[in-house]
Amino acid sequence: MALSGMRGLSVFISDIRNCPNKEQERLRVDKELGNIRTRFKNEKGLSPYEKKKYVWKMLYIYMLGYDVDFGHMEAVSLISAPKYPEKQVGYIVTSCLLNENHDFLRLAINTVRNDIIGRNETFQCLALTMVGNIGGREFAESLAPDVQKLIISSSCRPLVRKKAALCLLRLYRKNPDVVNVDGWADRMAQLLDERDLGVLTSSMSLLVALVSNNHEAYWSCLPKCVKILERLARNQDVPQEYTYYGIPSPWLQVKTMRALQYFPTVEDPNTRRSLFEVLQRILMGTDVVKNVNKNNASHAVLFEALALVMHLDAEKEMMSQCIALLGKFIAVREPNIRYLGLENMTRMLMVTDVHDIIKRHQAQIITSLKDPDISIRRRALDLLYGMCDVSNAKDIVEELLQYLSTADFAMREELSLKAAILAEKFAPDLSWYVDVILQLIDKAGDFVSDDIWFRVVQFVTNNEDLQPYAAAKAREYLDKPAIHETMVKVSAYLLGEYSHLLARRPGCSPKEIFSIIHEKLPTVSMSTVAILLSTYAKILMHTQPADPELQNQIWAIFNKYESCIEVEIQQRAVEYFALSRKGAALMDILAEMPKFPERQSSLIKKAEDVEVDTAEQSAIKLRAQQQQTSTALVVADQSSANGTSPVNQLGLVKVPSMSSSVDHNSTDPGMAQPNGTLTKVDPQPQPPSPSPSPDLLGDLLGPLAIEGPPVDGESEQNVVSGLEGVAAVDAAAIVPVTVQTNAVEPIGNIAERFHALCLKDSGVLYEDPYVQIGIKAEWRGHHGRLVLFLGNKNTSPLVSVQALILPPSHLKMELSLVPETIPPRAQVQCPLEVMNLRPSRDVAVLDFSYKFNTNMVNVKLRLPAVLNKFLQPITVSAEEFFPQWRSLSGPPLKLQEVVRGVRPMPLLEMANLFNSCHLMVCPGLDPNPNNLVASTTFYSESTRAMLCLSRIETDPADRTQLRMTVASGDPTLTFELKEFIKEQLVSIPIAPRPPAPVPPTPSVAQPVPPAAPSNDPGAMLAGLL
Amino acid sequence: MIHFVLLISRQGKVRLTKWYSPYTQKERSKVIRELSGVILTRGPKLCNFVEWRGYKVVYKRYASLYFCMCVDQEDNELEILEIIHHYVEILDRYFGSVCELDLIFNFHKAYYILDEILIAGELQESSKKTVARLIAAQDSLVETAKEQASSISNIIAQATK
Repeated sequence: MALSGMRGLSVFISDIRNCPNKEQERLRVDKELGNIRTRFKNEKGLSPYEKKKYVWKMLYIYMLGYDVDFGHMEAVSLISAPKYPEKQVGYIVTSCLLNENHDFLRLAINTVRNDIIGRNETFQCLALTMVGNIGGREFAESLAPDVQKLIISSSCRPLVRKKAALCLLRLYRKNPDVVNVDGWADRMAQLLDERDLGVLTSSMSLLVALVSNNHEAYWSCLPKCVKILERLARNQDVPQEYTYYGIPSPWLQVKTMRALQYFPTVEDPNTRRSLFEVLQRILMGTDVVKNVNKNNASHAVLFEALALVMHLDAEKEMMSQCIALLGKFIAVREPNIRYLGLENMTRMLMVTDVHDIIKRHQAQIITSLKDPDISIRRRALDLLYGMCDVSNAKDIVEELLQYLSTADFAMREELSLKAAILAEKFAPDLSWYVDVILQLIDKAGDFVSDDIWFRVVQFVTNNEDLQPYAAAKAREYLDKPAIHETMVKVSAYLLGEYSHLLARRPGCSPKEIFSIIHEKLPTVSMSTVAILLSTYAKILMHTQPADPELQNQIWAIFNKYESCIEVEIQQRAVEYFALSRKGAALMDILAEMPKFPERQSSLIKKAEDVEVDTAEQSAIKLRAQQQQTSTALVVADQSSANGTSPVNQLGLVKVPSMSSSVDHNSTDPGMAQPNGTLTKVDPQPQPPSPSPSPDLLGDLLGPLAIEGPPVDGESEQNVVSGLEGVAAVDAAAIVPVTVQTNAVEPIGNIAERFHALCLKDSGVLYEDPYVQIGIKAEWRGHHGRLVLFLGNKNTSPLVSVQALILPPSHLKMELSLVPETIPPRAQVQCPLEVMNLRPSRDVAVLDFSYKFNTNMVNVKLRLPAVLNKFLQPITVSAEEFFPQWRSLSGPPLKLQEVVRGVRPMPLLEMANLFNSCHLMVCPGLDPNPNNLVASTTFYSESTRAMLCLSRIETDPADRTQLRMTVASGDPTLTFELKEFIKEQLVSIPIAPRPPAPVPPTPSVAQPVPPAAPSNDPGAMLAGLL
Repeated sequence: MIHFVLLISRQGKVRLTKWYSPYTQKERSKVIRELSGVILTRGPKLCNFVEWRGYKVVYKRYASLYFCMCVDQEDNELEILEIIHHYVEILDRYFGSVCELDLIFNFHKAYYILDEILIAGELQESSKKTVARLIAAQDSLVETAKEQASSISNIIAQATK
């Protein structure tokens, strides 16, 4: 038998093990606790050895799950023992028994600090370990500077420094202010040069935490991380003891790649190239091997590399490699790899646009939904949820519904929530949506929250076409022998409102409807009874001429509930009874419920909330959130901007049906607004209306938007507002019915979106509460293909949709047909072909308008089909560059200009800017380090592919000025490119456009200068800015 | 980061717990109860990851013992799985073919070793050799102190205190 080296402890452990049952064990433990307590009380007679032994016994008992509420002081006091054995026990047991908030820890701070700054290496290690494991805020504030000193101290050995690095990480997590970014960033970069891999591993963990909060400050660490990765993954340059099953420290590789994911991008082309080389090597060079541990380690590295590749938005080729790998993984038998394949595929969905390729694996993923392992089933569910869109929603949701009947309890709630959200988001038609939700309630009523059925009611109320269908479906479910209470609620509500639409169908007479609903009354709870009473009142109202028998039956019920203890029900019963005696007047008061204002689905909101609850920020989540604001078609809270909502509040007032012929031809260029503002189309001057400001209204409606039940509590309001409504109608009658023209506010800054899209090829061009316009572009030579994604974010259709392209003279543009109506929650894609005829900086404009309810919205948006899209970077060697440069000897082919008022930026940043505009910086061509030489190829129909060269000479003493030389074989191109670069340098993102460009030297051979500004909408818009 | 490490036997007995995030005593026992319920009942051919309360628990069974580490959802699961194996290999080397009994009677050694591998829920040292060297150095420090304590002069000093 192995012995602990402490006889008393070993005996105690043996005794515990020999206890035949839990009862005996407790007795033995109690006896020991009593013993320890008396020994501690009389501390004088306790030798250090004994103290140590009792403290270990305490920890053992604690581990067995018994409360140990004394003796903590003794453990803590051992920390200040002079000798190593006691000190060691003190530190370890304290860090196991206490957590960071314990008062006793405060008492030990001084001792701990003395150990940290003292000369005894072993004591330093003990103290750093404990602080690293349980140090709290107070430790952070008093110890961080000392710990920092140790990390960078040249006299400390690696064993102390690596502990200090992780100790600082702990303190930083507790209080980020303890690390002073200014001083520490350089130190951190130095730390990454460390040769000892233990210190390096710890430092890398520290770096991950630091960059996750502030990557900008640690920019200088980025190239070093890439170096480390090269050293490990490519050169395999590590001591033997740091390889793990032949792999150079997989943990350090993973950490390093994790750190890199917190930098938004790798801009320096050389670093980027090296990094991709390493990543490529990892992606291609990881094979499945027999040894489990080697396999795990190499796949740990591989999955991290996948994550990094996704983050870096690599070239298509590499991305498709990644997807191919993942596709392979989700089909393997090894459960870990399959799990991770599914998980990473879900992550991939969040980062890039790979839906189409992932959809090919749908069948495989659905099989995983039936895997025996719940972990894998969960991943499959998440992935199906993520990959669902309009095209496959039907299949996926039906699969989920089917699975619901057999799913384990633990998953049902999540499953039904997800099915409901998908059905709502991607319903190809609304009747299908109603089907899904009713099935959901039928199969898993317990897991269907109120939100879900409120939402159905809202949809049905807002879509007249749907009402008879929904009522008929609800009627069908009532025939089932046992139905869930939620089903009673939703069908009673729907039938109350719309059963009169079914009147001629068999089994749907008011009487029959009433009796089948009334059958359920004895089995339901009070809140449902309230709904049923409203339903009865409505049935009564719709029964014209009145059926005395039915009337008596229902009156009897109202009578009965007039003395109900539940005040809500009592109130309803009394009111309905009184109202229903008023005969025809009942019609006005109990009319159909008004349409609901459009609002964010609380389901989707809920789903979003769930996702942001873990504290530590992760790169993936951050990206996902950014992504969500850009591409996800999520319904925003748009009640504020909806002009009809105040009317809706009045309950019974019928919204005047909007006239369909609204004047919206504001394409007159003279009226064009500066890009980015919305044009309100006012067909008639609006009478001053008392409508509150949209924002205020938004705030008022905000809390209500939590999907208040349409019946509970609102019926009284209806009663009251109904009366007012009559007055309101009268008042409204004298005012001409006008189109509501509340301005629609765009979401996000349109100019910024445009400028971002000038540098990348996909993203959101425009968004407001109703519509989102995304763009995706591909450029090849002088051709381009843009796809406009027009998304309707609402549950009602967008009508009178118009998209006109106003191209400048140098672009030939063809927009495919844009449908006049965008169905609820649908997205339409409109490809736009672009051809570049000649060099010009003019910009095309999209004139987009639509009507929502009574709002006419019109926006003019610049399209990112700009000069640099027709550039293709090209690397030029010195041998090619200089002859070209010399042959283009002067104006008009080579132009030089001193530019002043340049936005000051470091040379590296300028180089990045050039690269992002497709001007390839060629380092090494110019011997002067302050200069920058770039080359690119320009494509247009008139110039064909044409090489362009440029050189920037900066003045290190004055960053606001520089001399720029641009050369190409075409004078217009030279001029336009020079002006383009100047715009980029002078002030970004919004460059004041110089007056109509006039080529500096008139030349006979020169092509016509760009069209006069009056014909160029882009220039006009810019001129108005 | 790793929030906690648990060693649980197949019978549900706790052999080691180490908490890197603050949990009260009550929460600790609740976590152990819940997780033993989840993990011990899992079949043998399933994956080594369990999703639990917004976290992930990576676990692996070695003979009668389950080694579990709880990490954040976006952490690299396989990396953690191999940290577990790294720890097991070091224990194995230290005890010479480690078994559950070694860890029961020398649970304090298991703690010492863990402290050389993890701090603040992050991997501190990936060289088995270095860890073994440091643990040996600690052991010899304790030995020396013991010898000094048992030397005659110390006995006299103790007696006359």
